[in-house]
Amino acid sequence: MFLTISTRGDAAHPATDLGYLLHKHPDKAQKFSTSYGTAHVFYPEADDRRCTAALLLEIDPVALVRRGKGKGRGGAPDAALAQYVNDRPYAASSLLAVALSAVFSSALRAVCTARPERAATPLPLRVEVPALPARGGPDLVRQLFEPLGWSVSADPVPLDTEFPQWGDSRYVRLVLESEKLTLAEALRHLYVLLPVLDDAKHYWVSSDEVDKLLRAGAGWLPGHPEQKLITSRYLSRRWSLTRQAMERLELVRLAEADDSEVEAIDNAVPEDTEAAAEEKPAPLAVQRREAILAALRESGAARVLDLGCGQGQLVQELLRDVRFTEIVGVDVSMRALTIASRRLRLDRMGERQASRIRLVQGSLAYTDNRLRGYDAAVLSEVIEHLDLPRLPALEYAVFGHARPRTVLVTTPNVEYNVRWETLPAGHVRHGDHRFEWTREEFRGWAATVAERHGYVTGFVPVGPDDPEVGPPTQMAVFHRADTEKEAKAA
Amino acid sequence: MTETQHRGRVLPVTDLSLVVLVGASGSGKSTFARRHFKPTEVISSDFCRGLVSDDENDQSATRDAFDVLHYIAGKRLAAGRRTVVDATSVQQDARRQLIELAKQYDVLPIAIVLDIPEEVCAERNAGRTDRADMPRRVIQRHIRELRRSLRQLEREGFRKVHVLRGVEEVESAGVVTEKRFNDLTHLTGPFDIIGDIHGCSAELESLLAKLGYADGVHPEGRTAVFVGDLVDRGPDTPGVLRRVMTMVETGNALCVPGNHENKYGRHLAGRKVQHTHGLAETVAQMEGESEEFKGRVRRFLEGLVSHYVLDGGKLVVCHAGLPEKYHGRTSGRVRSHALYGDTTGETDEFGLPVRYPWAEDYRGRAAVVYGHTPVPEATWLNNTICLDTGAVFGGKLTALRWPERELVDVPAERVWYEPTRPLRSEAPGGQDGRPLDLADVYGRRAVETRHAGRVAVREENAAAALEVISRFAVDPRLLPYLPPTMAPTATSGIEGYLEHPVEAFAQYAADGVERVVCEEKHMGSRAVALVCRDAAAARERFGVEGPTGSLCTRTGRPFFDDESVTEEILGRLRSAIEDAGLWDELATDWLLLDAELMPWSLKASGLLRSQYAAVGAASGAVFPGALAALQAAAARGTDVAALLDRQRERASDAAAFTTAYRRYCWTTDGLDGVRLAPFQLLAVQGRSLAALPHEEQLALIDRLVEHDGTGLLQTTRRLYVDTGDPESVRAGVDWWLEMTGRGGEGMVVKPAGALVRNAEGRLVQPGIKCRGREYLRIIYGPEYTRPDNLAKLRRRFLNHKRSLALREYALGLEALDRLADGEPLWRVHEAVFGVLALESEPVDPRL
Repeated sequence: MFLTISTRGDAAHPATDLGYLLHKHPDKAQKFSTSYGTAHVFYPEADDRRCTAALLLEIDPVALVRRGKGKGRGGAPDAALAQYVNDRPYAASSLLAVALSAVFSSALRAVCTARPERAATPLPLRVEVPALPARGGPDLVRQLFEPLGWSVSADPVPLDTEFPQWGDSRYVRLVLESEKLTLAEALRHLYVLLPVLDDAKHYWVSSDEVDKLLRAGAGWLPGHPEQKLITSRYLSRRWSLTRQAMERLELVRLAEADDSEVEAIDNAVPEDTEAAAEEKPAPLAVQRREAILAALRESGAARVLDLGCGQGQLVQELLRDVRFTEIVGVDVSMRALTIASRRLRLDRMGERQASRIRLVQGSLAYTDNRLRGYDAAVLSEVIEHLDLPRLPALEYAVFGHARPRTVLVTTPNVEYNVRWETLPAGHVRHGDHRFEWTREEFRGWAATVAERHGYVTGFVPVGPDDPEVGPPTQMAVFHRADTEKEAKAA
Repeated sequence: MTETQHRGRVLPVTDLSLVVLVGASGSGKSTFARRHFKPTEVISSDFCRGLVSDDENDQSATRDAFDVLHYIAGKRLAAGRRTVVDATSVQQDARRQLIELAKQYDVLPIAIVLDIPEEVCAERNAGRTDRADMPRRVIQRHIRELRRSLRQLEREGFRKVHVLRGVEEVESAGVVTEKRFNDLTHLTGPFDIIGDIHGCSAELESLLAKLGYADGVHPEGRTAVFVGDLVDRGPDTPGVLRRVMTMVETGNALCVPGNHENKYGRHLAGRKVQHTHGLAETVAQMEGESEEFKGRVRRFLEGLVSHYVLDGGKLVVCHAGLPEKYHGRTSGRVRSHALYGDTTGETDEFGLPVRYPWAEDYRGRAAVVYGHTPVPEATWLNNTICLDTGAVFGGKLTALRWPERELVDVPAERVWYEPTRPLRSEAPGGQDGRPLDLADVYGRRAVETRHAGRVAVREENAAAALEVISRFAVDPRLLPYLPPTMAPTATSGIEGYLEHPVEAFAQYAADGVERVVCEEKHMGSRAVALVCRDAAAARERFGVEGPTGSLCTRTGRPFFDDESVTEEILGRLRSAIEDAGLWDELATDWLLLDAELMPWSLKASGLLRSQYAAVGAASGAVFPGALAALQAAAARGTDVAALLDRQRERASDAAAFTTAYRRYCWTTDGLDGVRLAPFQLLAVQGRSLAALPHEEQLALIDRLVEHDGTGLLQTTRRLYVDTGDPESVRAGVDWWLEMTGRGGEGMVVKPAGALVRNAEGRLVQPGIKCRGREYLRIIYGPEYTRPDNLAKLRRRFLNHKRSLALREYALGLEALDRLADGEPLWRVHEAVFGVLALESEPVDPRL
């Protein structure tokens, strides 16, 4: 990993003053040990007119993997978190930012006893980072640097020139130029924004990161239009990434066994939703929950299953209504359950409240005796996450085996998709949707299931019921036929 | 426990029962129990008092003590172990709780009363320090209560009551263990189990003839077993009874009663029963029979035992099916279930009771063969099979050969009786789904395997497997196998190498394997292909409607999102199998193959882009600038020579890495460019091929490749090596060097005999991989070959990986054996699920 910082000058203000500002002599090559390898500083050019300082961090990739891991049996590294095949030795990642702050710590603080006036004055600066990992691409790179007074050139690096169809990599070749900034400001920008652009797992976040960010961001971060993104990426993303990575090791291994990215199978909870869901609940999701609650209340159910409870939003709503005396959230994803449990603050809930709710892992691909004997079951936005050939197993597990008195099923109405302005034609609403049904398809399915398992059905639109394409969400309400009879008789 | 040397009375005690000793304090119950039962069979209330209160005589602890006693007794009875309760049990209420416990676990309650004079009891208690101060009135009360109880014990529910009066009778009595009537585990057959006959005498005679019986006797000594419902509805109930009774009386047959026998038996005993459901026909037909014959029938029906456990516990026969917890048990409800089955309490549109689908829940080891519910075809479900194929309704009369598990049937000559409702055979969950239960796979489990004993699966691993199987895998019916992981060869000390074949050959030599096959390791992704001859075969063998097989990855995911692409590949495989003549040669209509699908980029494109190509892109972007900068600095006289050299090496390593991964990528268009290299046939109908030597395996596969006209199939190159012959070993090494030198991934060394055990009788590794030097860059990073890196990487630990490979191998073998034996889906799935769960165990993923 490598970057260069250049400046121009003349006889009165020689460019080689850069050496004073950086506290590194232009005629020497110096090295510094950092926690992930050796940092070298040298000057490819250094005269009055032009001076360039280069920072090169030699990372030991083997040490990176083997660091502090002892989880595997017999001391073998459980390297699920760390890859030998790793871009860290090449890309200008957060590790380079750490090296930068270690090697140029005085310059970062604008301390220069030899040339104090130059340290305080803007310089003509050029920064080159040939391989910058940039999540968000060149556009984001510009959005982050341009408001700070840089002119930005960010060219994407192709993934592999032999396979042009693979497209661009997440690296850009970055060149920043400015005449308005001091060296210290430039270094601080880099120190904060390199890790923000890098989308890597971090191993080194410590509790004083907030202080570091405040120090390094002084004077420029508060007014930055992307301040929120910078702050949240710099701090929270790393925390949750590390934490989540710890939670899903088993799935990481299964993904590796299959030569897949872990994101391909551990995707039950969309990235970032933990934060996003708290902030702005999608109005349709709210309407869906309201419709479900209304139908549950109407059915008189007290003991309710939320099958496919995800992060527990519906469970949370159910808890607020005391008529629901027993609420069981079931999901196949342990991660979803962990997040749900955290959202609901289960560990801190009073005993009486906590006794009303249980979150359990389960799968509707199997019959499950624990699910028998409930008043109602909710399958909200669940069936479309199953491959169609596996739907009969779910039907049997729910309608044939668990047999609650009432079953609510919601699923997208694909006809409505033309009304979503943001949704490209022919696309499903969510990457994991294996199918989306028209109203007719859904009703046909519901009728078959009801017939086979002895239920009667009704249908409720959720969201605005468009005269042409119907509502965005369709809901079927199933009642067990034998209990219907009883209800009527009573 | 002594069953001999008793001078006095002999008390028969059933081998599985709850024995309640009844006697006053000091009557000698503990001594009696010690003398006649195993110490572990006896639970005493005093002991339980001690457990909960540290004082065996603390009466305030009695309630808790009995809770513990009942709990332990319950656990023992559930496990099928006789239990003797050593407490006074002189009060009716105390006995009532024990009788309920016996009922709960469906075992016989037996009372043994020790009626000892008060003086003797008092004297004995006085001799014991801990009871010396027990008031005399306590013993008096005990004896009073005991006397009062004596007459009512049988009425309370004790199925046997033995009363021993006086010291002498107690001292001289003996206990003899009796088997239960239903326990015929010592009979191993072979059996021919015959379904519901309902007076269809002609069909019975035809079926017996077809099975090889001549006048009720089989020349090879086979035993017929009738599942009941011999009588009612059909044309000749007396003829059927005459045949069956004679066969049973002469030891050529066994018979369990059906509900119709039960009802007819009550009629014969003079009870008032309704002459419905075909009883009228029986009564009419029997009118012409002699009183002697009627008496013989009555005695025969009275003597029938509700179910039998046969063949070492592997087979249970009864009329209406029986859940595992009732096998070999003796209670009213067991008999009732055996005769009538379980109902949901609902009635269907024909007014008939809706039967509870007990077989869906069945997870027992014993096969349950039954009748009672007419179905068009006899099919196995969860190791149970219903043989009532409605002969009397114009269907057929069916028999099951055991242990062969072959079905034999004869058609009905006509419709003898109109059915109330049409014969239905909808699989549980509809035609489309046969349910697996979460309890089959979830939580901490141990899977019994025939090749390596119990294999444990941890809860967190099962949880991860559950998520992947549920969300991504193909239908479990089409997933009868997942491949085990494979251990690499021992780490090599040879300069420049982390892995080298020499160690693999040496390891097999040490395991006593003389001949190994080296198979080329293909540069693709592992794939398991299930190919059925046609959709009908897929329906019949795997119960699926539509697909003709599956093609999945090593975690059970379909290789292609588009089903038509899968079907296209299966179609090509199918015609190769057809043209090579393997369907007939292997006597099968499906084939399960282990293979490698290429290119790797087809499946792993996500990983390639995000990880491998990304590293290539980053290194390609950074080095030119960094090297130029270093050269410029060097030209200025800065001392960067060493750093420059190192960076040049790194640049060249990174370039080698890019070359290495590119070998695994090529563009495909539809199936153009896609290759499949099968390297093992895993199973065919009724047979696991896991133990077929690789030479034979590969010969069959070569014929497949030969007969593939589409260019899909690719051969697996191989070389046989004699591990004891240095010359041969050298040839093996050279072959590997040559192959990997040209960019090959490496090779897998396998024992030529495929399934091989070492001298200690343990399974040896089914394969050891030796990966090429360049290929390993993709695993250990571009710079792994640098000497200091190699030195660090050599400290890798293989034991866990090896153990994991063997455990997964045992589970895979087990899945194939269970599949071959026609075991129920959940049994096969249990093993397959286990493989996937173990794949999520923590082990160095580079191995």
